[in-house]
Amino acid sequence: MTCLPAKTEKSLGLVIDLDTCVGCQACVTSCKEWNTGGHMAPLTDQNPYGGTADGVWFNRVHTYEHEVDGASRTVHFPRSCLHCETPACVTVCPTGASYKRTSDGIVLVDEDKCIGCKLCSWACPYGAREFDVDVGVMKKCTLCVDRIYNENLKEEDRVPACVAACPSGARHFGDLGDATSPVSQLVAARGGTALMPELGYAPTNRYLPPRANTGRGPKVAAPALESVGDAGGFFGWVDRVLSR
Amino acid sequence: MMHNGYRGANSAPTQQPLPHPHAPAEPDNVETSPKIGDQVAKTTCYMCACRCGIEVHLRDGKVRYINGNKDHPVNRGVLCGKGSAGIMQHYSPARLKKPLLRTGERGSGEFREIEWDEALSIAAERLGNIRATEPKKLAFFTGRDQSQSLTGWWASKFGTPNFAAHGGFCSVNMAVGGLYTVGGAFWEFGEPDWEHAKYFLLFGVAEDHDSNPIKIGLGRLKARGAKFVSVNPARTGYNAIADEWVGIRPGTDGLFVMALIHELLRAGKIDVPYLARHTNAPALVIKAPGTAEDGLLLRDAEGRILAFDKATGGPKPADDPDLSPALSGTFEVEGRTATPVFQVFAERYLDPSYSPEAASERCGVPADTIRRIAAELAHVAFEQAIELPVAWTDTAGRRHETMTGRPIAMHAMRGISAHSNGFQTCRAIHVLQVLLGSVDVPGGWRFKPPFPKPIPPGPKPAGKDGGKPMTPLSGMPLGFVSGPEDLLVDADGGPVRIDKAYSWDAPLAAHGMMHMVIRNAWKGDPYKIDTLMMYMANMAWNSSMNTDETIAMLTDKDEKGDYRIPFIIYSDAYFSETVPYADLVLPDTTYLERHDCISLLDRPISHADGPGDAIRHPVVTPDRDVRPFQSVLIELGARLGLPGFVNEDGAAKYKDYADYIVHHERAPGIGPLAGWRGTQGEKIGRGETNEGQLDRYIENGGFWHHELSPDQRYYKMANRSYLDFAVHMGFVPKADPIVFQLYSEPLQRFRLAARGHGPVVPPEGDRARIEAYFDPLPFWYAPLEEAAIATADYPIHALTQRPMHMYHSWGSQNAWLRQITSQNRLFVHRELAAELGLADDDWVWIESINGKVKGQIRLVDGVEKATVWTWNAIGKRRGAWALKDDAAESNRGFLLNHAIGDLLPPDVNGKRYSNSDPITGQAAWFDLRVRLRKCAPEEAGFTEPQFARLPLPPNLQPAPDVLRFGAQFKEAAR
Repeated sequence: MTCLPAKTEKSLGLVIDLDTCVGCQACVTSCKEWNTGGHMAPLTDQNPYGGTADGVWFNRVHTYEHEVDGASRTVHFPRSCLHCETPACVTVCPTGASYKRTSDGIVLVDEDKCIGCKLCSWACPYGAREFDVDVGVMKKCTLCVDRIYNENLKEEDRVPACVAACPSGARHFGDLGDATSPVSQLVAARGGTALMPELGYAPTNRYLPPRANTGRGPKVAAPALESVGDAGGFFGWVDRVLSR
Repeated sequence: MMHNGYRGANSAPTQQPLPHPHAPAEPDNVETSPKIGDQVAKTTCYMCACRCGIEVHLRDGKVRYINGNKDHPVNRGVLCGKGSAGIMQHYSPARLKKPLLRTGERGSGEFREIEWDEALSIAAERLGNIRATEPKKLAFFTGRDQSQSLTGWWASKFGTPNFAAHGGFCSVNMAVGGLYTVGGAFWEFGEPDWEHAKYFLLFGVAEDHDSNPIKIGLGRLKARGAKFVSVNPARTGYNAIADEWVGIRPGTDGLFVMALIHELLRAGKIDVPYLARHTNAPALVIKAPGTAEDGLLLRDAEGRILAFDKATGGPKPADDPDLSPALSGTFEVEGRTATPVFQVFAERYLDPSYSPEAASERCGVPADTIRRIAAELAHVAFEQAIELPVAWTDTAGRRHETMTGRPIAMHAMRGISAHSNGFQTCRAIHVLQVLLGSVDVPGGWRFKPPFPKPIPPGPKPAGKDGGKPMTPLSGMPLGFVSGPEDLLVDADGGPVRIDKAYSWDAPLAAHGMMHMVIRNAWKGDPYKIDTLMMYMANMAWNSSMNTDETIAMLTDKDEKGDYRIPFIIYSDAYFSETVPYADLVLPDTTYLERHDCISLLDRPISHADGPGDAIRHPVVTPDRDVRPFQSVLIELGARLGLPGFVNEDGAAKYKDYADYIVHHERAPGIGPLAGWRGTQGEKIGRGETNEGQLDRYIENGGFWHHELSPDQRYYKMANRSYLDFAVHMGFVPKADPIVFQLYSEPLQRFRLAARGHGPVVPPEGDRARIEAYFDPLPFWYAPLEEAAIATADYPIHALTQRPMHMYHSWGSQNAWLRQITSQNRLFVHRELAAELGLADDDWVWIESINGKVKGQIRLVDGVEKATVWTWNAIGKRRGAWALKDDAAESNRGFLLNHAIGDLLPPDVNGKRYSNSDPITGQAAWFDLRVRLRKCAPEEAGFTEPQFARLPLPPNLQPAPDVLRFGAQFKEAAR
């Protein structure tokens, strides 16, 4: 069993806006592209050009339909590690390979300690863990720990790859442990929620709901159109407009 | 562009680095600052047609990472799912390695590798003979080519009129519909004002066109609280996040739009002063039924279009700034009876046949919904108008202290385009924008320079005489016709071009009709050709309608045993389904290995705030014996001695494409690139050649962008400062206002020809068709195939859409993208499935009058109930793209093209026209009607039809079983 820090200094995580996610997969492939050469490299692909292609991905987008108030909606749902405050994937780890960082709250795997027992992937209810059969090691989202502090990147680029790439601006990043941080304020303003909080793992990441479901959708208070007046009919009206 | 002080599109405070972005103390020994690469090269993406700026991080000559360029006007730092998977495209196992010469039967895939010199000699000898005898026997068609200003010029110098790129089967309806109405078009020629629009109406958008700008824009709209309404039979992608989804029946958008027009007219919610000033609403239409001038615009002796001036009670040129125009009435002028365009226009759409009630059933949209959307458009346009505090001066010299905006923006693309009524529907959408006064105003839909252009833009298509031996054409093969006399037809009215573009079959076919070339060449209709040269178009698979018959035509032989299409030259970077059908294969490079030029002469990357262009440059050296097609074409031009490609002494004028990009001048001082012209790079648009031009582009991140001054950014159709600039840049010949065409006189000219007037008239059998469709006002008609078949037998509409993470057939060779989608399902509404007794995951035959294909269904709610759809071009032929035999793409994925006909059913005279828009020749992919039949149990589980497996070309290695890409970078970082 692996211990969790009693408290982390920061709670870094992602905020994902389901109101603007169009399901384009940019976060999925930019993540793959960065991380396959990054901290947990490679993100191995088994049989990549065949019928049973199966690769390691830290981030996947699922598209599904659901009903809200009798109306069906299509939702694109990006799914990655939620960097929980009390993640079972860590506490279940028999070797200490899975751990949560005290400084920033990122949940990582130490490959050298991982024995590939997969207990963590059984423990995670969010399906965030990815087993690399090629090396027998569990891999997962690192929150781009090798980008966000990377002194070889320009400061402005020190954000997770998925946040930088997202074309519709649906992904946000920051310290969710700090109520005054821009991301925390965004979550508050938009009614962001955690996924399945009832399970008790206290996810850090938040999802912003589609605005149509929240009553925040724009209303155009347009009165019904009336026909233009009688005098001279339609063309009389046009003439009057022009001679104003 | 900066927001909140941060660069790029994702500039919200919530998208920034941590306040202190340095590694905290953490005892886990994680390397938080690995070295990424040893070099960052900035170039242009080519994972789709969007042409975003990218930064390519290289490590030891290998591509480590690709991200968006924050300074780039197209993507402003973001990068889509395709662009972010560029590494896997660049290292695709399907990359061709060396020129190939066919050794077995065509289609067998048996080749031998040859050297480039031999390949070029074979091509030059063949093409040289054609040029010396009958140049039109070369049909040169390029696919998703971004170098059409070079390839078209090459064809022109060769002397063949038989040139086009892929626009005829892509979106020519949108280009031509826009260019003939407002002098610009959606996507490349215009864009919504994402920063000011309050209401956005999106029609039928395939998800990869202009992909990043639309996504960035939708994010911006939502952040600002604008309303987003999508009109689309399928609720995917962008449509899924719309505030309101209008699930319309395919091919009925025109009815919907004209019902909106009806409502706006009825209520007087139109911008009358805007119409009077910027459109041909005041122009007088001659009423002289039965004569050669009926329906033409009335002109004075100098040819100026006349309007009726209320102030003087007589005619006055419509462009006279002092005109006080009558928009209604009937006038006797110079012995003729004439009526303003606006009256003709309003009478049509005020008619109850255009009412929401009349449109509702066919569109599958409740009349109340149409009425409400019309009311919302009116409310936002007129009650929520905006004023930008920017003074500007119009072409008449009138100064305006502010810029008035009607903040309604629209965008439309392939869902409108790919129907045989798409041209008129596209015109209707532009006309709706014009009525609201929302074209090129703040919050509306804006032109991207070099647009707007005069309507129709010049020049006209060249090649009327069919081409002469050893003689260039008088101009470019593609252009814009303004009447029957501009058509490329012979004395009998027959087509001059092999694809029959600019003939009576498709008079406004400004992008050609690549989709008809193989059939026509095979049939020898209108004549036989010698060589078909193609670039980057998968015509033996997903780029053709009626795929299996097309494949058969490519291998068919005549009675003497010779191929009916004698010789096929094909250039592609990858082992597509078309490669095995070539006699000579010229392997192209990947996008990271080449020079390219995204030119204002071609398909620019401008922003509405200013013109721009870009380059690609080699950031990686090819590890194969491949050459960029454009350089090969330039060398072929030199070997053939084509004018413009050789100096007076006969030596090659350009070393390669890069040399051409810098040194070619299309007009004095105007070349492929507009930036850093002049000997010191001090000029834009017009200027001397600059030897250091490419270096300046590379220093600037691979692109050039000029920001217009604030007073030039709107009302470009009548903005004096902008138009003066446009003249300097060579965008327009004169700084005259661009007059939007509610009424299209060029169309009326064709109609008059159909009535027997004028020197160039259609053959008898074509007249009714021309008369019917060349209506000078937008109108709706049932898609042609649908109108010709028993729809009760084929009650369902069938469509394709493009996954946002795929670009046509390209994505399936990409190890990452194909893991996202490798089998396309047929999406069926739950209620339709219940009616048909189908369950989720069932296999069905999709049957049309043209053929059938088998696929597996997925039940959904988010589709119009009488419509089924699938992802485009996921289905692959076994062996192609270096995929393994068990790949889902060739076993369970399917190609809807097998059910799509390339010809319409015979008309009353037995003639079979192309399955295309009768005006533009746009391929009518989305007109398809089908029925579904559940497969027998033994038929389930695999797609049909199946084709023989394609063997890999010589020396192409089978794709790997495990991919550990990136492991080397971790090693190197340690």
